[in-house]
Amino acid sequence: MAFLARRIVFYLVAAWAAVTLDFFIPRALPGSAVQDIMAKFPTLQPAAYKALEAMLGVGHPGSLWHQYVSYLYDIAHFNFGTDVTEYPAKVSTLIGETIPWTLTLVGTATVIAFLLGTLGGILAGWRYGGRLDKLLPGLMFLQAIPYFFLALILVELLAVQLHVFPIGSGYAGGLVPGWNWAFISSAVLHSLLPAATIVITSVAGWMLQMRNVMITTVGEDYVLAAQAKGLPERRVVFNYAARNALLPQLQGFGLALGFVVSGAIIMEIVFSYPGIGLLLVNAVTSDDYPLMQAIFLVITFAVLLANVLVDIVIVFADPRARTKEAAA
Amino acid sequence: MSLVLPVSTTPAAPPEAARSLGRWRRMPANAKAGAIILGIFVLVAVIGPEVSPYDPSYQNPSPAESLRPPSAAHLLGTTVSGQDVLSQLLVGIRLTLELALVVGVVATVLSVVVGVTAATLGGFWDESLLLLSNVFLVIPALPLLVVLLGELPQKGQTPTILVLAGLGWPWGARVIRAQTLAIRGRDFIAAARETGERTWRILAFEVVPNEVGLIAANFVNTVLYAIGASVALAFIGLANLSSWSLGTMLYWAQSQDALQLGAWWWYVPPGLAVALIGTSLVLLNTGIDQLTNPRLRDAGGAKRVAGRRVLPADPTPVLADIEPRRGPVAAFLHSFSRSSLLDGNEQR
Repeated sequence: MAFLARRIVFYLVAAWAAVTLDFFIPRALPGSAVQDIMAKFPTLQPAAYKALEAMLGVGHPGSLWHQYVSYLYDIAHFNFGTDVTEYPAKVSTLIGETIPWTLTLVGTATVIAFLLGTLGGILAGWRYGGRLDKLLPGLMFLQAIPYFFLALILVELLAVQLHVFPIGSGYAGGLVPGWNWAFISSAVLHSLLPAATIVITSVAGWMLQMRNVMITTVGEDYVLAAQAKGLPERRVVFNYAARNALLPQLQGFGLALGFVVSGAIIMEIVFSYPGIGLLLVNAVTSDDYPLMQAIFLVITFAVLLANVLVDIVIVFADPRARTKEAAA
Repeated sequence: MSLVLPVSTTPAAPPEAARSLGRWRRMPANAKAGAIILGIFVLVAVIGPEVSPYDPSYQNPSPAESLRPPSAAHLLGTTVSGQDVLSQLLVGIRLTLELALVVGVVATVLSVVVGVTAATLGGFWDESLLLLSNVFLVIPALPLLVVLLGELPQKGQTPTILVLAGLGWPWGARVIRAQTLAIRGRDFIAAARETGERTWRILAFEVVPNEVGLIAANFVNTVLYAIGASVALAFIGLANLSSWSLGTMLYWAQSQDALQLGAWWWYVPPGLAVALIGTSLVLLNTGIDQLTNPRLRDAGGAKRVAGRRVLPADPTPVLADIEPRRGPVAAFLHSFSRSSLLDGNEQR
């Protein structure tokens, strides 16, 4: 498992870079961030003040190095301090409440979009210039539409005008979150429209990428050889051409996750979906810097974790990688 | 990453006026459409503020002028405070395009400098720069942008440009590095070196001109990213909200309940403008792709022979997987990258 171990080291380095950025941003920027927050919350409780000390370096307790070490210690224990706007709620509790919503919705929608787009790309690349391929410019228009704009239009048409879907929020008002049918069905119903916007806007990207790699693979000699042998077309497409085009697509998936997450944040604002994106925006509007920074870290960690999963899939999907892993 | 890099066998031709018309004719239809749409928006950006019928910020106090649907006096209607939507759009397109173009230029220059430097220096520096850009690529951009801009005391055009450009270079740098590695081994570079050309001259006059297609594609991509990110940031409220851009228009439409009021003429024009600009850039990029990537260009000539598709033989030598020689430190750094997985497979 040498490869995976090294990849995990890489992700740890990336996580460390993110944490360090997070530490230095409020300290390096013109000092007003801290003064802002002090002016805004004159009746800050001592405990919250301590949290600010840890996150933003207010009052400069100890040297920069000392602050940095204690900061790293706190992050490693997922201790993001106490929230200033919703005192005395802990930042980690606030984030913990929102993560399941985002993870379920964005995760499912992204996987659906990836699978649909890859399949579409395989077919479009195989029949370059064919009917499906001609659809691509139209699909690219959907991709160029900002997430939130498409979301606004869909809400207007399907929720406000036609009442097919509920407007905003994660579940119907009056329900208490829990594992019962009424709540779950309501949550699923409320997630359909937001999920659809993610799928519609991102499917074209996956499709275009897969198609372009497919076109290169389709021109390879072994595909021609497979055709010459008279293998059924389906087998040539999926077992010969698509299989080899899939690896760059998987690598692209890992790299694109950051974009997907960014789009999902905006989507949550439009739908007032109770996820981490909405929390981030609320933190922005109320100048709640510690919460903003903690959310940035949590989202980064989630993306890094997803990348580890992608690497594991790559190792299992690519025979060259498998033999290499076995040899190591 | 095992990028297959098609390299054109003909060196970049000098631009000639007579040639450009022929080139336009040979351009794929979708690229033409993209260029035309983008051209219209650039034109609007240039003359828009001069021809806007009203002051976009002027709030008409008369209730009769509030939230009017499109009419002869207000071609795109008015907002809830009686502001003219068309004027806001005409002014806003300039600000948005201006920002995106500046970000595109700055980030592309950074990508070229980092990419070419990494490939030229090689070894430890190459792998370190690659590692750095990989770290930047894996950290999600929007939350980082939010943290950076959210804590800035002033939110305006310049800080947004700096932050977007500062985070927009790694993707291009990777691609340009790979291309530079591929070009570096070609004969005409060796010839230039033999004649005693200095390294910087080789880079500036031999290497970079041969990457024009790639750099152009990268520029278009960066502009696309800048538009998306700046509009999204403004939509969250992280922009100078007293200036008019497509993003701030959408911000005010959303925060003043345009949707609930049913005022489609308020939020559809800016959203549609962003979508059209985005589409034109994507179309333009597929055009550049087809012009510079012979495989995509020639694939159109596929023929059906006895019911099966046969592609024309590929005339382009493809320089795949140029592996630079690495010292022990560089090899160690490289072993942490995803592409290290595929090293040495070709020999087996």
